[in-house]
Amino acid sequence: MTTTHDKQVEALDRVVIRFCGDSGDGMQLTGDRFTSATAAFGNDLATLPDYPAEIRAPAGSLAGVSGFQIHIADHDIMTPGDQPDVLVAMNPAALRTNVKDLEIGGMLVVNEDAFTDRNNEKAGYTSNPLEDGSLDAYQLYKLKLTSMTTKAVEGVGVSKKDAERCKNIFALGLMSWMYDRPTEGTEAWITQKFEKRPDILAANLAAFHAGWNFGETTELFASQYVVRPQQAPPGDYRNISGNVALAYGLVAASELSGLPLFLGSYPITPASDILHELSKHKNFGVKTFQAEDEIAAVGAALGASFGGALGVTTTSGPGVALKAETISLAVSVELPLIIVNIQRGGPSTGLPTKTEQSDLLQAMYGRHGESPVPIVAPYSPSHCFDTAIEAARIATKYRTPVFLLSDGYLANGAEPWSLPNVDDLPDLHVDFATEPNHDGAFWPFLRDPDTLARPWAVPGTPGLEHRIGGLEKANGSGNISYDPANHQLMCELRAAKIAGIADDIPELEVDDPSGDADVLVIGWGSTWGSIRAAIRQLRADGHKIAHAHLMYLNPFPRNTGDVVKRYPKVLVPEMNLGQLVKILRSDFLVDAHGLNKIQGKPFTVHEIAAKLEEMSQ
Amino acid sequence: MTLTHEPLPIEPLTKKDFTSDQEVRWCPGCGDYAVLAAVQSLMPEFHRPPHEVVFVSGIGCSSRFPYYMNTYGFHTIHGRAPAIATGLAAARPDLDVWVVTGDGDALSIGGNHFIHALRRNVNLKILLFNNQIYGLTKGQYSPTSEVGKVTKSTPFGSVDYPFNPVSLALGAEASFVARTLDVDKVHLQNVLRRAYAHEGSAFIEIYQNCNIFNDGAFDLVTGRDSKADYQIRLEHGQPIRFGADGTKGVVMTRAGHCDVVDVAEVGEDALLVHDEYADSATLAFALSRLAQGPSMATPIGIFRDVQRPAYDALMTGQVDAAKAKGRGDLKKLLHGADSWTVAEVDKQDETRDPKDTRN
Repeated sequence: MTTTHDKQVEALDRVVIRFCGDSGDGMQLTGDRFTSATAAFGNDLATLPDYPAEIRAPAGSLAGVSGFQIHIADHDIMTPGDQPDVLVAMNPAALRTNVKDLEIGGMLVVNEDAFTDRNNEKAGYTSNPLEDGSLDAYQLYKLKLTSMTTKAVEGVGVSKKDAERCKNIFALGLMSWMYDRPTEGTEAWITQKFEKRPDILAANLAAFHAGWNFGETTELFASQYVVRPQQAPPGDYRNISGNVALAYGLVAASELSGLPLFLGSYPITPASDILHELSKHKNFGVKTFQAEDEIAAVGAALGASFGGALGVTTTSGPGVALKAETISLAVSVELPLIIVNIQRGGPSTGLPTKTEQSDLLQAMYGRHGESPVPIVAPYSPSHCFDTAIEAARIATKYRTPVFLLSDGYLANGAEPWSLPNVDDLPDLHVDFATEPNHDGAFWPFLRDPDTLARPWAVPGTPGLEHRIGGLEKANGSGNISYDPANHQLMCELRAAKIAGIADDIPELEVDDPSGDADVLVIGWGSTWGSIRAAIRQLRADGHKIAHAHLMYLNPFPRNTGDVVKRYPKVLVPEMNLGQLVKILRSDFLVDAHGLNKIQGKPFTVHEIAAKLEEMSQ
Repeated sequence: MTLTHEPLPIEPLTKKDFTSDQEVRWCPGCGDYAVLAAVQSLMPEFHRPPHEVVFVSGIGCSSRFPYYMNTYGFHTIHGRAPAIATGLAAARPDLDVWVVTGDGDALSIGGNHFIHALRRNVNLKILLFNNQIYGLTKGQYSPTSEVGKVTKSTPFGSVDYPFNPVSLALGAEASFVARTLDVDKVHLQNVLRRAYAHEGSAFIEIYQNCNIFNDGAFDLVTGRDSKADYQIRLEHGQPIRFGADGTKGVVMTRAGHCDVVDVAEVGEDALLVHDEYADSATLAFALSRLAQGPSMATPIGIFRDVQRPAYDALMTGQVDAAKAKGRGDLKKLLHGADSWTVAEVDKQDETRDPKDTRN
C-alpha cells in the first residue's frame, strides 16, 4: 500500500506511541504488530507492554486497562521512552489512566464512540472529558473508531460484535499510515492469523485498509510523519522479545553442548512464554515437561541433568521459593541445572504482570545451608540469548545450578537484535566421565583441580555405577560421610568452586570516557537502558558520569571491588528497595547509595537523570 | 540421549553384581533387609547390566535403598523421588528406573508427585515400603497409620483417617497396581517380575515391618497361624478364595462392592473371579476396599495390569516425529520469518551533535 494523496510529510528523529484500551481490546496484539512493522522498516525501537493480571477485567473499568508503548527512532535508543508523544485511547478508562503520561501538546487519538455516559462514569469522569475542556493541553483527535470500523466491514457479513472487535486493527491501520509503516507484513500476518476464519480475515483486512485510507483522506491530520530507518551497523537483524531470545539461547546452548534440552516448568506469569516457545522446537530434540507443580518442574529438570541432559526450569519468584529445596540438592550433588527467574512484583502473588528486580537476595541467599549458586542477569531483551548460553556454560562446566535473573520488562519488551553468526557462538562441549578415576573405581567427587568441578558420569556408562544424594558426601569417594572436618571441607570446596568462576568471566567494564568521573552508576539487569539514556543526557550537559553494569551477580567479576572503590560517589539504581547495594556495601565496604523504584514499572530516564544531576552538584 | 547398550556380559549376572560395597545401616530386624535381598537376587533375571539401572529415592528409612544397590542411584529429597525420576525417565527412556519410597514420603509430603507420575504412566517401578509409621524421625503416625494410633505426636491417639495406598493408586489412573509382603520372598519377587514386564508406571505396595516403632503391624496378614484367614491371594482368572481349605471367598454385591462370604453358603459359582486385565478399574478398586488396613482380611497380589502407552515413550515419539520432518537448524531458527539485512555503507554518519540529548 502506498500513499498517493499529497500530504505534508514531517520528519521526526524519534516518537513514542502508546496504545491503550480495555484488556479485551487487543492492545497487545496491535502493539506487537506495529512493532514488527517498525522493525521491518528498519527503525531502532524499544517496547513496554503493560497489562493487568486479569485476563478480562470488567469492561470499561480502570483495572482492566491494557497498554503497549513503543519508542521508534532513526538512531540507537535504550528505553521505551519516558512519556508518549502520541496516545491512542480506546475508552475513557484508558484515557484516564494514561493521559497524565502524555507530553503536553502531544497527540491524543481517542475512540469517541466509547465515551458514553456510562463508560465515562465507570472511569470516574463526572463529565465527558472530550467536551469539558480538560484535554485542551493536547492535540485531541476525536474519532468514531467503532462506528467507522463497523461501517468498513459491513459488506463482509460478520456479526456486529465481531465487526466491533476489529476496531484495534482500524487503529493499527491509521497509525501505520500516520508513521508510514510498511503494510505487506501486517496484511500477511492478518491473513495467516485468521486463515481458518475467512470472514474474520476479510473483516480485519477491511478494517486495516479503512484505517489507513481514513488517515490519508481525512482533513483532520495535516501531515504524515516519517521516522527514517536507523543507520545500524551492517548485519542481519530481527525483532525479538526477551522471553523468545531466552528460549532461543537455551536451544542454542543445547546445540552447542550436544546435551539435549529438558525443560521442566509450571505455568506462571511472566515466564510461561518460554515454555510455550520451547514446546514448539521438538525438532531440536527439546523435551518440555509441564509439571504438576513448581517443585516437580525443577525436580524433573534435575533428574534429566542426572541423566545427562541440559536440565532447565523456568519460573518467577513465587516458583523459585518452592524450588529452593531442590536447588540446594543440586548444589549438594553438584549437577548442572539452570533456574530462570522472570522476576515480577512481590511478595506473594504481588503484581504478576509487572516488572521488578526484587529476587536478587532470594537467588543469592534464599536456601538452607551454605548453598552458593552463580547468578547471571541479562540487560536487554536480546541479551537474554547470550545470557542463557552463558548460564549453560557455567552450569555444565562447573556442575552447578545457575540462576538466570530476567524480569517482566525484559521478558515482554522487544528490540531489534543484531543476529549472531552461529559459527561464532562458544563451544560448550561437555566431557562425561567414561573411565574409572581412582584405583580402578569411580569416585564421583574426585574434583578437577582447576575448576573444582566433579566428574559427571551419566547412567548407562559401564563400570561407573555410583550413588549420589543430599546427605553429605566424603570428598572424593562421594560415600555418605558425617565426619565433621569433611563437612567443613565440602562446604569450603563448594564455595571455592563458585568463587573461582570469577577467574573465568570477563572483568567488569567501566564506561568512563574522561576517566575522571566522580559519580559511578552501577546497575544490573533491565535498568541498563534507562541508565544509559540518563548518562547520555548528563554527559551532553557536560557532567562526568561513569557507568558499569553487572551481568554476573555471583560471583562478581574480579575487579568489581576496585571499580566501586575508585569513585567517590556510587549510585545503584534498582527496581527494589536496595538489594545489590546491600551486597556491594557488605562485600566491599563502600558507601554506595541506592536509587529505588518499586512500582511495577521500569525507571524513566528522567528519574535517573534527576538523581545524577543532584549527585553531580 | 541414548547410550549404546553394552553387549551383555558373557558371565551371567549374579546378586553380587547388584550389591554395593556400602554397609547396610537399617536397624537389625528391619523388614527392609528382606526387600533389599529379594530385589538384589531378582535383578540378574532381567538381563539388564547394573549400569543401565537407576534407583531413585526420597527421604526416609526405605530411601536409603539406592546406596545398597550397585547400580546408578540418586537419594533425593523428601517426597520428590517420583518427580526427579520422571525427568530422568523422560530424558533417558533407555534406562530402567526404579523408585523406592515409603508411606510418609510418597503419600504425605510427596502425594502430588506420586499421583501425577501414575496418571502420566511414566516408565517407573515404584516400590512403596508401607510400615504405617515415620521411622527415621523416630515414630510419628503416618498417612497410613490407623485411626486412634498412639505415637509420639499423637499421645491421645491419631484422629487422621488413613489412605489406602492401593485405592489411591487406582484412583490416580495407575496402570499397574499390586500389594505384596516383605516376608514373602516368592510372592514379592513374582510381583516384581510382573511389574518389570509392565510398560509404564508400576505401583507396588510392600507391607514392611518396622520392628522398632510399629512392630507387628502386619502380623495378622503375615503370621503363620493367622495368614490363612487374613491373606487373600489374588490370582488372575481364579475365583477369589481364602481361609483354611478355601472356605471363605469374595463376592461382588449388586451394589458394586466386595464382601467376604462362606463359600459353603453361596456356592463356588457365586465367587468373584479375579481379572487383572479388566478395562475398568472398578473390580480392582472394590477389591482394594475389602480391607481398610491389615487388621482385616487383606488382598495381596496384582490388582490391576492394563496397557497404556508410557509417558516417556509418547514424549520421545513426538520428538522423533518432529526430527523426522527435518532436524532443527539453529541459524534458521534465529533468523525467523521477519529478519532483515542492513548493508555495508561507504560512509558512516559520525556527525552526531554532541549536545544531542535524544534518548
